[in-house]
Amino acid sequence: MSEPRRSLGFDFIKGFIQENPTFALAIGMCPTLAVTTSVENGFWMGMAVVFVLTFSNVFVSLLRRFIPDAIRIPIFVILIATPVVIVELVMKAYLPAIYEVMGIFVPLIVVNCIIIARAEAFAYRYPVMNSLMDGLGIGAAYTVNLMVIGGVREFLGTGQIALGSIVFPSAPFFEPAAVMLTPPGGFITLGLLMVLFRVTLGSKAKVEDHSKTS
Amino acid sequence: MEDRLLVTPAPHITSSKTVRGIMLDVVVSLVPASIAAVVIFGVRSLLIILASVVSAVAAEAIYQKLFKKPLTINDMSATVTGLLLALTLPPNVPIWIPIIGSVFAIVIAKQIFGGLGTNFVNPALAGRAFVLAAWPLHMTHDWVTPLGYDALTGATPLAAFNGTGKTALTLRDLLLGLRAGSLGETCIIALLAGGIYLIARDVIDWRIPVGYLGTLALGTWIFGSPNGFFMGDWISGLLLGGAVLGSFFMATDYVTSPVTRRGRLCMGIGAGVVTLLIRLWGSYPEGVTYAILFMNLVTPLIDKYIVPKYYGYAHDVQARKAATGGAK
Repeated sequence: MSEPRRSLGFDFIKGFIQENPTFALAIGMCPTLAVTTSVENGFWMGMAVVFVLTFSNVFVSLLRRFIPDAIRIPIFVILIATPVVIVELVMKAYLPAIYEVMGIFVPLIVVNCIIIARAEAFAYRYPVMNSLMDGLGIGAAYTVNLMVIGGVREFLGTGQIALGSIVFPSAPFFEPAAVMLTPPGGFITLGLLMVLFRVTLGSKAKVEDHSKTS
Repeated sequence: MEDRLLVTPAPHITSSKTVRGIMLDVVVSLVPASIAAVVIFGVRSLLIILASVVSAVAAEAIYQKLFKKPLTINDMSATVTGLLLALTLPPNVPIWIPIIGSVFAIVIAKQIFGGLGTNFVNPALAGRAFVLAAWPLHMTHDWVTPLGYDALTGATPLAAFNGTGKTALTLRDLLLGLRAGSLGETCIIALLAGGIYLIARDVIDWRIPVGYLGTLALGTWIFGSPNGFFMGDWISGLLLGGAVLGSFFMATDYVTSPVTRRGRLCMGIGAGVVTLLIRLWGSYPEGVTYAILFMNLVTPLIDKYIVPKYYGYAHDVQARKAATGGAK
């Protein structure tokens, strides 16, 4: 197994543009659509993913020489399920309101394809520090994505954006479009943001261009 | 002599029909319904229609300028989209609803998917579905009494009809359009005049409206009465709601309806069935928008399975199999 030295900074930063999980790789779409009805929900979902992803990346990377190739996926699943259970119990205990909103999507982080994709494509091949930075970077970018999608949907769907106890603007200045908080609004927002991302930053990203393959 | 000999690849048969010509025909056919809307629901209708058409054309022009695409506002298709969208709105909606609906219809339902010819659903109906989902209160409560122009917040005659199978309106009122409803859907006479004009000019295929309205009438007759089967008031079921407007002017959109004759009949029947399902057992009072959008999505499937026989091919399946050496 070749292990070229890679810059830790690059491994952190690449998640934002080149390997942006939502807009370039288009993985982990289920929670992206389901819980992004507000900035706050997006933030907490993102935080949960940062923790799980960093944890699983580090342990997959640490154990990569001992994991037999043939049964690596079940082992990844165990390494991913452990932090998911931790997150779930911690959220239930300390953030019951948020947990109520996220519901099933917290335990479902275990099947989020971002995490298994990073384990398979990155942590299984690269040293621990790189995998740590990769987990933090991809997780942070995912959090930003969820917050942006959540922000657009919350603003258009309720006319306001709430950050903790601060609500801006104090009263909506237009009639909120209820559709933005529903699944169709999620799809429309995600699609338009993806267009925007690919038009502006697409040349730098690892975007799969299906129009050019036959 | 040599100059006149033109060598080109197929097709060699051309038609004088143009997009602009067809769209102009559609606009002409919608003029009676638009005039009826203004007469029945007041001058405000004209404002809604103008806002919708102007913003549809402007959205198309701005999008095409912005993304450096050839400008196609002269083909009138944006005008038709704006006009159709306006005719499906309640008369008392705030004026920004047709504007947002038109922009959504043109930019998101049509241009993003490649413009006229590659949109996968009817843009006007996509715009309507969006504003209906976004501001459901406006879209279901901003009705106006006919000729009185008073605000009427309550169920439309169709919603009452779906529950009881009865309507207080006479056939004359229904045909003239003297009832609460969306701008362009009420005046059946004007809609029929426009529809027959389009069929006579060979712009639309009669199979879609006939299949649609026939299925709807049959289904309402069988299931439309709470008292028992085969007792429904199918005439009112047909004339209340937007089925006439939708079946003649929206389900017949070339881009989003099947290309074969049998396929078009299928699409009409399918739209009729979905409308019935929504009206009778769904939670919405009217299902024309969703029925047509649904059949738009099914259109590629219909086109895949209903294929005309190749000219000169053996009609018998066995013979064809034998001819191709048993290959499937």
